[in-house]
Amino acid sequence: MVMSPQTPTKIETLGLEVFYDTQQALFGIDTVIPSNQVTALIGPSGCGKSTYLRSLNRMNDIIENTQVKGIVKIDGTDIYTNGTDLADLRRRVGMVFQKSNPFPKSIYENVVYGPKIHGVKDRQTLDELVETSLIGAGLWSEVKDRLDKSALELSGGQQQRLCIARALAVEPEILLMDEPASALDPKSTARIEDLIGELRVNYTIVIVTHNMQQAARVSDFTAFFYEGHLIEFGDTQTIFTKPLNQQTEDYITGRFG
Amino acid sequence: MNAFRQNHTTIQDTVIRWSMRFFTYAIVLGVGYILFDIIVKGIPAINWEFLTGFPRRGGSEGGILPAILGTTYLILGSIGVALPLGMASALYLSEYASQGRLNRMIRLAIITLAGVPSIVFGLFGLGMFVLFFDFGTSILSGSLTLAFMILPTIIVSSEEALRAVPQALREGSLALGATRWQTIYKNVLPYALPGMFTGSILGIGRAAGETAPILLTVAAFYLPILPTSIFDQVMALPYHLYILATQHPDTQKVLPLQYGTALVLLFLVTGFNLIAIFLRMRFRKKYKW
Repeated sequence: MVMSPQTPTKIETLGLEVFYDTQQALFGIDTVIPSNQVTALIGPSGCGKSTYLRSLNRMNDIIENTQVKGIVKIDGTDIYTNGTDLADLRRRVGMVFQKSNPFPKSIYENVVYGPKIHGVKDRQTLDELVETSLIGAGLWSEVKDRLDKSALELSGGQQQRLCIARALAVEPEILLMDEPASALDPKSTARIEDLIGELRVNYTIVIVTHNMQQAARVSDFTAFFYEGHLIEFGDTQTIFTKPLNQQTEDYITGRFG
Repeated sequence: MNAFRQNHTTIQDTVIRWSMRFFTYAIVLGVGYILFDIIVKGIPAINWEFLTGFPRRGGSEGGILPAILGTTYLILGSIGVALPLGMASALYLSEYASQGRLNRMIRLAIITLAGVPSIVFGLFGLGMFVLFFDFGTSILSGSLTLAFMILPTIIVSSEEALRAVPQALREGSLALGATRWQTIYKNVLPYALPGMFTGSILGIGRAAGETAPILLTVAAFYLPILPTSIFDQVMALPYHLYILATQHPDTQKVLPLQYGTALVLLFLVTGFNLIAIFLRMRFRKKYKW
């Protein structure tokens, strides 16, 4: 594993292994995810990249009979110790899902869902959070006149940006994105990609993608997973131009996967 | 050859469609006739005295107010007990309990319970509430017995309603840092409530109509006074109907009263169901998806 990012470390995994029942999904994953950068996870379906992503905010916990071994540190603190406050962890590590999952509530209620749960009650604070989050997700100008309308009336791309706004509203430090644009049309995809570029200023972003061009366009670092192993991790430029590993090169050039 | 084959399948389709249609209409007609019969023969018996008076001369004359009130209390009592209990069990089984073998066995047991004859629940209520807990033959014993009888229906339909809520909504909520209970309370339960009310609608009908369980735990043949506490006995519409139809010295003479009682029972059940349907619609409208 050759890599030495110049920026400070945000997430670090050491010997991370995940088992579903008896099936091992990840094998000894050592990674260092730099702060305020975009890290893309690529690899064929079933390679473990989503499992890896979901182990960073402990979303794997909700799948029964899942076992996690090894260490995952965020800002130097192991998140798999017994005393970890899951609610606080997931507030700090936001997640955007592959299939947009707006709640069947109004646009406004979707955005304030997180803040309300974390105890924000003041109406004015909530209003401000809604505005800044929607601006942050590039959705404000399109919905500011219909915040009380159902989120389900939005288009697919808008729904996904609403989910990003909803994640931003709890003021996370890290955003995990699981193929956030895979179900969207090219125009909406481009919007999400632009958005990722803007968000990296304030957030550490880890994104799973099936789209090589997307990984090349949006990310600073790229990790290539194959059959539960991390094959290569490096800055995106290097991975896409002169990968060290033959498997990485084969995958990127489309020879398999 | 090709034309023949097409023709053959078309005929088959038509035959199947028409026989399905025939059976459906036959069922609707049958139920419709029963309803029609009760309404036509019941309406003449209904007047102010019938609805607000006490039975006189062994039910040959007078009204059925105590039975109307009794059945109303029993419906409210049994739903009041069974709905929260059933919802809690369904929540536990589908949201908290691990989905292993034990869970599947509990589910199977609940579904089996739904098919247990009502007289068995009546005997259980007699042994458990009337005698063991010493509640006597009372509204309390009857309501609890009926509650146990309709619990399986409510649990099963509540579970189905919970399961119909997409997992993605739970994950979305958890990922925002909500606890499991916050997620259930704010982002699962509201969407499942309409379906849970469906279970209670089915339950209301059974609780109102069953005779065997209340026969052993609460129902009185005749009471000159209205109940003043949950430890009192009450009259009930289905039991009253049973008495008029089989125990009365001149069942032919009181036939109109039987129809009147049946009609009132139907109205009462319909009324309660309308309330439940109204509540269900309100929740549906609030959370469209």
